[in-house]
This record gives sequence, structure tokens and C-alpha cells, in this order.
Amino acid sequence: MIRENSLSSRLFDVSNHLFLAGFALLCLLPLIHIFAVSLSGRGPANGGFVSFWPLDFTLENYDQVIGSSVFLRSLFISFQRVVLGVSLNMTLIVLCAYPLSKSPLVFRGRSVLIWVFVFAMLFDGGLIPTFLVVRSLGLLNKLGALILPGAVPIFSVILMMNFFREIPRELEESALIDGASHWKVLWHIYLPLSLPAIATLTLFAAVGHWNNWFDGLIYMTDSNNYPMQTYLRTVVVELDLTRVGVTPQELLRLSDRAIRGAQIIVATVPILVVYPFLQRYFISGIRLGAVKE
Amino acid sequence: MLYRAGLVKGQEPLRAYLRRSWPLYAMILPGLLFILLFRYLPMYGVVIAFQDFSPARGFAASRWVGLDNFDFLFSLPEFNRILGNTLIIAVLKLALDQLGAIALALLINEARNLVFRRSIQTLIYLPHFLSWIVLGGILLDILSPFGIVNNLVRALGHEPQLFLGSNDWFRITVIGSSLWKGVGFSTIVYLAALTAISPTLQEAAAIDGAGRFRRIWHITLPGIRPTVVLLAALSLGDVLQAGFEQILTLYSPAVYRTGDIIDTYVYRVGLVSAQYSLAGAVGLFKSVIGFFLIVASYWLADRYAGYRIL
Repeated sequence: MIRENSLSSRLFDVSNHLFLAGFALLCLLPLIHIFAVSLSGRGPANGGFVSFWPLDFTLENYDQVIGSSVFLRSLFISFQRVVLGVSLNMTLIVLCAYPLSKSPLVFRGRSVLIWVFVFAMLFDGGLIPTFLVVRSLGLLNKLGALILPGAVPIFSVILMMNFFREIPRELEESALIDGASHWKVLWHIYLPLSLPAIATLTLFAAVGHWNNWFDGLIYMTDSNNYPMQTYLRTVVVELDLTRVGVTPQELLRLSDRAIRGAQIIVATVPILVVYPFLQRYFISGIRLGAVKE
Repeated sequence: MLYRAGLVKGQEPLRAYLRRSWPLYAMILPGLLFILLFRYLPMYGVVIAFQDFSPARGFAASRWVGLDNFDFLFSLPEFNRILGNTLIIAVLKLALDQLGAIALALLINEARNLVFRRSIQTLIYLPHFLSWIVLGGILLDILSPFGIVNNLVRALGHEPQLFLGSNDWFRITVIGSSLWKGVGFSTIVYLAALTAISPTLQEAAAIDGAGRFRRIWHITLPGIRPTVVLLAALSLGDVLQAGFEQILTLYSPAVYRTGDIIDTYVYRVGLVSAQYSLAGAVGLFKSVIGFFLIVASYWLADRYAGYRIL
């Protein structure tokens, strides 16, 4: 261990720690501010007097948000989307990655198929043609429009495939010689050995589905079918509070700003809940992809 | 088995091969169908860029107009504007994000206390996981005329600014907030590279009398050079990605001059005004250039950093 005792070095240490702490705080302060606003009464919130501590403390803003039936419906749609979408994603990722991880001798046609996958990742048909395809399939206003077009995340397939290739081949060869099928090899050898990679990709897929709002905006022409984040957009970006079910009388008592703040906080809570897991797995996930040697 | 072990020359007969290997095809089939339907069919759909597309007639029966849509597109004054905005915003974002991430990673690496480092990392990765709707909602509030930022500006004796509504500020706000959201997360790759530098190198240099800053310059920075080169090469693939979701959330007609990018233009023209063919032409222009940029970036990454995705 190197010990530094010179004055300039100690000065650097102090300012470095202060800088890092300041930057980290900067990442958190906007959220704390919005949280404080969401717990504040009408006067201080509308007048912009709240900084990082609620004034005229009230929970009514949250009552408004959580009591809104439109909000609850969008929450349910998002919940369905995450559960079904992630299950479909992970099933297809594993099923595509396993054959693609084999050599062309074991899986004839592999060399062509891998390029079918990679080209599909590199060349984007674009927003409009994709929209027209989804519409002509009759998926508008259906949950399928949010789940099916992105059912195969190709980059994740490639990460999974690279992970599968690290698994020693002797394991599967002895199983195959003993008469096991590829299904059994995948289920009993590959999957148990790949749990960290699967956990990582599952979390990524779940956050992606939860945070996605754009496909809800374009594929749901009826705003009653909006998932959570798309609904959030109507409230906090288009500033349409009637969607929350707030009446003009209530706005005499409550602050629209505080209600929007409560809405933002409620939409963020699920991410904060899974964040400890995210943090544990995403570093390994990044390593999976970016610094593969 | 004998064929695979290389004990018998030539290929195994097809029938025997399929008896054992059919599951591999069964496994890949569902995913392949999804890709054909939702990735390749839209690629065929780019033909609308060369048609006067009408949804009632579909891809196959719409009238062909050759390059008319492109002639029209390149004659629009908006075209140079959206291309310029896209490039300026995307390049500045990429450059600042990478430089910021390198600097931040070096500083974190210099902090010795592990609990402190962990806490810092936990906090600075967080914004990456919030959607642009959540962050956009926060920004719209804190940057509003009576938001906390303008209150601070007033307290310091300046005029409040329309950070999202003025052409002087919009790009700065977009680039700054994108940096704020992503730079912490971008440090991960660099921090991983920094931990791989052998501490013995540092100790040897210290014994030879190299001070802290000389060690950073001569050992730490060269140690992460391959990672820097790799990420610089890969970022070439993103120079047309100016941040669609962010800008769609934050912009308004008042800032089209400085903030309208290719993606937001395609969205407005195609999905809001239903001019499918014109929007399809813009989209195809972006897809083709984007494709070559990504291929070039992977080639550079392979050539100069030994990185292959396959």
C-alpha cells in the first residue's frame, strides 16, 4: 500500500472527496426536491418556496394519485407488460442463444443464422415501417403491441450466446454421449450454470419494459390503454391533470405541481425497490458485454 | 459423435444428424419468426420511401415515385436543420460523456475508502435507470420560471432563464441533463479497466520516486488506453443518436430551430401528420447511414481494440 503524506497530495484527497460527494448529491437532489414538493401544501408548492424539506406537510397529493382509477389501470397494464414481456424475452433469448453458441459442425446453418440475427440488429427498418407492420397485424391498442415487436432483444441474445460459449464443452459432450437430448443439456447443464447472466438480462429487460413509454404512445390510440410511463407523460409533460381525475375544486386546496411530483415519485418507487439488485448484477452485465477479452 | 470428434472424415449423413440435432432448429424457430416479422418485414417496408404510400393499398400496391420523396426531402430547409442539430447534439453528448466518465472514474479510483467509493457509485448510477419521462417531468418542474433552479438564479442576482424554451439554452440543457443522467453509469467500464491495472506497477513507480500525479499520467492513463480507444470506436456508431426520447419529452415548437432532430422530425411528419412516405424517406436516410456507421465502428473496434461482438 502506497502512503502519501505530502501536502499537495492530502489537499487533493480532501478536494477529491468533497467533489465526489458533491457530484453524488447532485444526482440525488432533484429527486429529493420533487419528493419534498410532493409532500407540500398548495401555497408553498405553487409559490416555489419548497427546497428540500416539505412545507405545510400533507399526504393528500398521494391520495389523489393513488386513488385515480386511470392511474391504477395504467399501473396494471405496466405490471402485465413487465411480467409477460420479460418472460417472453428471457425464453426467446435462451432458446436462440443455445443453438447459436454451437459450432457450425454441431449446428449446421449456424453461420448463416448468426448473420440473420446480427444484420437485424445493425439495420433498422425505422419507426414508420415498423409502425405500419404492427398496425397491419391488428395489434394497435393490444398488449401485444408492447411485447411482441421487441420480443427478441438481439444484443442480449449475443451476450447470452457468448456466455454459453464459456461453458466447458466436456460437460455437454459427456451428457450427449450418455443419450441426453439438447433440451436436457440446455435445461440441466446450461441454465443452472448461467443464473448470474440470466438474472442480469432479466433485470435489464424488466427495467426496459417498465421505463418504456414511446411504444405506448404510438401503438395505443386509446389513452385508456396507456402503460404507466405513457400515462405519466400525459400528466407531467402534457400537464393534463384532468387525467388524474383532479377537479377544479380540489385545485383550490392542492397544488398541481405537488400532484405531479407525487405522480413522478410513485412511478420511480419500483425502480428504487429493485435498485439494490440492479446494482449487484449490472456490473457483471456490463462486463458480459463491454470488456469481454 | 465420431464425426464431431474428428475420428471420421466428412459430414455425418443428414438423417442421423437431424435425428439428434432437430431440437436446435426447434429452439431457434420462434425467435427467428419474431425477427422476420418485426425486423425484416419493416426492412421490406422501407419501400414506402420510394412510393406515394397509402395505407389502404399497402406496401405492394402503392404507386412508385422513384426518388421523388428524396428530391423533395433534400430541398426542404428543415432537412439541413435536423441533420445539423442531430450531429451537433449527438457528438457533443458522446464526447462530454466519455471525457466526463474518464475523469470521474480516475477520481473515484483515487478515493481509497471502500465504503465511500461504494456509496458514491450507488448514487451516481441511479439516474441511468430512470426513464426520460420521470427525468423530463423533474426537469420541466425544476427548470420552470418559478422552479428551484430559477429561484437560485434570482437569488444570485441574475435574470431567470427559459432553459427549455429558448434557443440559446435548449441544447445546453439537453446535453447537460443527458450528461447528468448517464455519466455516472458510463464510469463502470472505466472503473473495471482501472481495477485490472496491477498495483505492483504503482508501487514500483512510487518506490522509484514518482509522485501521485506522475503515476496517474504514466501508469493509470496508459492502463486504460485500450478501453478509451474501444469506447471511442464504438461511439462512432451513435453519432446519429441524439437522444430521441429525451428531446421528444423536453422540446417544444419554440426550440425546433436548435432542438429538432431527425427522429423527432420523423415522428411528427410520419405519425402525427401521417405523411408516411416522406417520413419513411427520412427514416431510411438515417437507417442507411446509421448502418454504415455501426459497421465502421465495429470494424475500428476490432482493428484497434481487438473487440468482437461475435
